[in-house]
Amino acid sequence: MQKISEELVQSEASLKQFLRTLPPVDQVGAESRTAYLATRSIKNSSKNFAIDLAIRMVDLTTLEGSDTPGKIRALCNKAVRPDPTDSTVPHVGAVCVYNDMVSIARAHLDSIGGHDVPVAAVSTAFPSGRASQEVKIRDTQDALDAGASEIDMVIDRGAFLSGRYGEVFEEIKLIKELCGEKAHLKVIFETGELVTYDNVRKASYLAMLAGADFIKTSTGKVAPAATAPVVLVMLEAVRDFYSMTGRRIGVKPAGGIRTTKDAIKQLVLVNETAGEEWLTPSLFRIGASALLNDLLMQRMKMRDGHYSSSNYVTLD
Amino acid sequence: MTKFEYAPAPESTTIVDIKSEYGLFINGKFVAAKGGKTFLTINPATEKTLAKISYASNSDVDKAVAAATDAFKKVWSKTSPSERGKYLYRIARILQERAREFAVLESMDNGKPIKETRDVDIPLAAAHFFYHAGWADKLDHAGLGLNAKPHGVVGQIIPWNFPLLMLSWKIAPALATGNTVVLKPAETTPLTALLFAEVCQQAGLPEGVVNIITGDGATGAYLVNHPGIAKIAFTGSTEVGKGIARAISGTSKALTLELGGKGANIVYDDAAIDEAVEGIVSGIFFNQGHVCCAGSRLLLQENVAEEVTEKLKKRMALIRVGDPLDKNTDLGAINSKAQLEKIQELSAAGDAEGAQRWSPECVLPGTGFWFKPTIFSGVTQAHRIAQEEIFGPVLSIITFRTPQEAIEKANNTPFGLSAGIWTDKGSKILWSAQRLKAGVIWANTFNKFDPASPFGGYKESGWGREGGRHGLSAYVKVAK
Repeated sequence: MQKISEELVQSEASLKQFLRTLPPVDQVGAESRTAYLATRSIKNSSKNFAIDLAIRMVDLTTLEGSDTPGKIRALCNKAVRPDPTDSTVPHVGAVCVYNDMVSIARAHLDSIGGHDVPVAAVSTAFPSGRASQEVKIRDTQDALDAGASEIDMVIDRGAFLSGRYGEVFEEIKLIKELCGEKAHLKVIFETGELVTYDNVRKASYLAMLAGADFIKTSTGKVAPAATAPVVLVMLEAVRDFYSMTGRRIGVKPAGGIRTTKDAIKQLVLVNETAGEEWLTPSLFRIGASALLNDLLMQRMKMRDGHYSSSNYVTLD
Repeated sequence: MTKFEYAPAPESTTIVDIKSEYGLFINGKFVAAKGGKTFLTINPATEKTLAKISYASNSDVDKAVAAATDAFKKVWSKTSPSERGKYLYRIARILQERAREFAVLESMDNGKPIKETRDVDIPLAAAHFFYHAGWADKLDHAGLGLNAKPHGVVGQIIPWNFPLLMLSWKIAPALATGNTVVLKPAETTPLTALLFAEVCQQAGLPEGVVNIITGDGATGAYLVNHPGIAKIAFTGSTEVGKGIARAISGTSKALTLELGGKGANIVYDDAAIDEAVEGIVSGIFFNQGHVCCAGSRLLLQENVAEEVTEKLKKRMALIRVGDPLDKNTDLGAINSKAQLEKIQELSAAGDAEGAQRWSPECVLPGTGFWFKPTIFSGVTQAHRIAQEEIFGPVLSIITFRTPQEAIEKANNTPFGLSAGIWTDKGSKILWSAQRLKAGVIWANTFNKFDPASPFGGYKESGWGREGGRHGLSAYVKVAK
């Protein structure tokens, strides 16, 4: 694999040339690798460890047209104190909301002692990304001004699919500059629209070269979302990018991860692809809404030796 | 716990009921061997004795052949093809029902990981019976020729690397085509064959149709030379296979041999590298490398050799070596002390000849027979480890510059069982496959098996095919 150089990102032609030199992904092979890893048996102490780690990695999300300040405050309470009966449960990785809810979330988190919980905002005309660059910039600035410390931007899939990689690259770079030191940038590919694993690999390098702090599978609005092979390909990309540049980029699968079992499979994927260095909320997040309660239920089961009804887990 | 480690996840052994002593399975019953001679079978991961096994003397072999002859003449040749098929379906279903029992027992007797017995050996064994059950009443449509007839009594000798699976490769086509069987499992792994004998009883298979005799090489040799045997099917080493070919030359016995290999796994520079690395790993470390069709020679195009080797090393560091019954184990125990010594001897030859040995850091258990996953780089055609079958988790890495050179090197071996091709270019797959002298060629995958697909070798890797329609033809005579 070629080394990353400054010239590489100087022009669309050199960028295209680089993406073309990436090794292909064999679909059957990638899928059989994840099927193999899905048979790992995670029990007892490793399951306890994995559940708490997964809780710390959850980006607790609500992205609905029906979101209200009340709903957001409830979500924040849950994020800081996932289980009111058990103070050993860690807080989640972040809360993830639409732009207009950022200030409400930030203020409420701060008021309940959740200073450590960042607010992530979905930006750049989420989820479709179909808006002018001016609007996208304004959208992002809006979120930053409201106190977002993480920006989840979407790429222009139309531009990507028609081969205008330079445009995608420049847009990510622009948003990254806007974020500056204030916010981490997560770049969403919407892999369900990119479809092929080769595209996922190309998009990963494009985003990493443009300065993404995280690469993220999906918006949660398109299925399929964070399938295991897609996450595998992205984890391979961050692993190899690290060997080329010494820079560790995070990965965030989002959408379709609902159960503890699913989450543990993701952690196994991380552990045996990118490696244990990535098993931290600063390098791996799971975008989810329903997952947290299943994690809490399994955690209670591990503690008490039996399952409790869903009435013992709070709504958010 | 401060990091994500996988806690032990051992499969329970309570499902298996290993008897302290096993007789021979002759004419539908377990009987003691004449003279009462026995030998022990051990768990290679712990060196603990599992059971005492009867040693079949010559007169026991005579008895087994007589029972099979009787069953052929009086019962099996008169059983309608659809009835034969029913028995095979029944056996296949019982194998599925008792899959976990077989998986645990196989893992204990052989040393291979429970993950592999559970996901590969046992499901494939059942699949072979299902596949051949379907053929039993359709042989006229299998393209075998008109009036295909069974040979009669077939003598079958199987190896220790896939005990139940090799049994199914042998017994399923033999019964589907109307033959009766005397089968000898390997000395170190007789237990699943003996449990299979119970399955025959459970399925109500007529007495004498399947006979299972346990013993060693001498037992096998006597079986091969027995005048009551019409066909021999052998899977094992090339050396023993040559002996069998010599022994039966000049007789009317039919013969299929499935022997050793030194498979070339060719990785071109345009391959999907990450998936190729997976294929290299499964090619040589699947079943501890105790695979006749293992991809034991890695042919790497020179311009990607360094990158692939680095990725391979990182991947090998993740291989979990240890307790075969742990569900997370990737690499289990070496099957026997003798095999371990052979692997050690050939690896030492690799060192002596100047190849560079590398293994990941891993802690091997204190008892049992173990060998770390190992690669040798800088191997050339003249090295013993490039030519001889090691039959262990040891990979020889050879580089090439052009596709032509890859094919020449791949074919430069007395063996010709398997090969792998890794490239994203369909045309290069076809070009390479046409030129490789190997019985089975995988493209962008490795070690995949299916009962519908014929398997077998060129050159010193064997004669004849097993599986598919080709495999059926080995079990019938066709009027010329």
